[in-house]
Amino acid sequence: MTKFLTPWYYLAPTILFIFLLVLVPLITGVSYAFYDFDLISGTRDFVGLDQFFRLLQDDKIFSMSLINTLFWTAASLFFQFTFGLMLALILNHGFRGIRLIQPVLFVPWAVPSFLIGLMWVWMFNPVTGPLPYLFEGLGLMEKPENLLSDPDHAMWGPIIANVWFGIPFFAIMLLAARRTIPNEIYEAASIDGVSGLDAFRHITLPLMAPTILITLLVRAIWIANFAEIIIVMTNGGPANSTQIVATYIYDTAYQKMDFGYASVLSIALLILLMIYGLILGRIRRKMTTFL
Amino acid sequence: MKYGKYLIISAFLLFTLFPVFWMLKISLTPDRLLFSEGVVMWPSRVTFDHYYAVLVEGSFPDYFLNSFIVSATTAILVTIIASLAGYALSRFQFKGKVALITVLLITQMFPIVMVIAPIYNVLTMINLVDSLTGLILVYTAFNLPFACFLMQTFFDGTPVELEEAAMIDGCSRLEALEKITLPLCLPGIGATLGFVFTAAWSELLFALMFINRQSQMTFPAGIMNFVTKFSVDWGQMAAAMILALIPVCIFFAYIQKFIVQGLTAGALKG
Repeated sequence: MTKFLTPWYYLAPTILFIFLLVLVPLITGVSYAFYDFDLISGTRDFVGLDQFFRLLQDDKIFSMSLINTLFWTAASLFFQFTFGLMLALILNHGFRGIRLIQPVLFVPWAVPSFLIGLMWVWMFNPVTGPLPYLFEGLGLMEKPENLLSDPDHAMWGPIIANVWFGIPFFAIMLLAARRTIPNEIYEAASIDGVSGLDAFRHITLPLMAPTILITLLVRAIWIANFAEIIIVMTNGGPANSTQIVATYIYDTAYQKMDFGYASVLSIALLILLMIYGLILGRIRRKMTTFL
Repeated sequence: MKYGKYLIISAFLLFTLFPVFWMLKISLTPDRLLFSEGVVMWPSRVTFDHYYAVLVEGSFPDYFLNSFIVSATTAILVTIIASLAGYALSRFQFKGKVALITVLLITQMFPIVMVIAPIYNVLTMINLVDSLTGLILVYTAFNLPFACFLMQTFFDGTPVELEEAAMIDGCSRLEALEKITLPLCLPGIGATLGFVFTAAWSELLFALMFINRQSQMTFPAGIMNFVTKFSVDWGQMAAAMILALIPVCIFFAYIQKFIVQGLTAGALKG
């Protein structure tokens, strides 16, 4: 009997926290989807699935924001991960002055997201920032304009800000994962003549795979839900070109005060993310003891 | 090849520091020159007025202290609780494990904006609205799932054999965890500490919604004071941001020795 209970002793504090402060509120939040909130009278009416039909039948902004979410998440994740891995491997390798430079490189992760947004708004604005002139100099723009007001390319603004913010996350996690690989393995491999790129492919990557997969999984979920930078930088515009589902939810809940429909949108996002999680979970299970 | 490494690091440093440099420039630019000088790399006159206003006239030292208390406590609390949970997820096979992991993952998928009001109700019930303790508890709950997964992957990476040997030698499971496995996981613990600390340090939405008293505000909520309905005090905001980066740099400088140590100590030899 004690054997059966042992893991639950270790898990009890976690479960207590999650249940009280995350799960109960989450279920309450989900229940909003079945109510229509009336702002003027402050009451709410039970409307069943009505608001779900509204989502499925006539919501053009939703389908548009869905595509934007995909682009926002994929592009942010790709660059954050690629540069983060690169940085982690260089930091692992070591260089002169690393003890001073390493903490500095982790700084973006600690800047509050709305400040990141404001900072990059300044950088992109031709009146206050250098970037339009850089883009002009590189031949990317004909004259120094604000990238954020160009509906065709505006999404790159928040993506660049998000990449700036997210590289340290991957760098720290992947560096720590790389550090737990014992040097003895590399020593043994080099005796067998395996080194360089081969060692990276056959030792480093497989042993880092569990951390890589869990960071990719959780990070993608966070980015898809990450609205602050976009709200500050473009507020979904111009012409909804940077509207992702998360910003649309925020807009519906706090601008239009329609908590019921915002909850429906949240559930839709939740389902899509669960499908993504399921796929990545499958991959991870094949490689590790995950489940 | 040798210089290539330095070239790449320089590129990373440039990308990381340039926006920070730009904020530093704004924080040192006198208000009347801010828009009149156009885009220049350095203002014609430098002022420390904004720093003076933030540090002496405002309540920022209090905000920083609050933020530090909240972030450090959350980081330590989460790391301890997540180490236990990650250990259980890594070392035991048990019924309900799949369900538990699924629930932990789902908690990460629902937008924060939709749970603010319900959490507020929970905090009211336990009488912890408008208190740093309440904020610490909420941050702990929201940072736990990822921290658990993270600690699990680090435990997965350490050999069970050493632990089992210690248990045969008479250590209890908890002692073996503390004396053998945790030291091997130092890089993971360092990463988790760093991750949670910064997440709590920079969180705004909860801090804004759950704290009303000036004396209890954390720094991101305090910085919102510079955004009034009519204008934004850019200089002071930039100054506050630059100041906020300093404690984080110190914190990372401190925890990096854990991240770097790892198995290099040669625990597995012999």
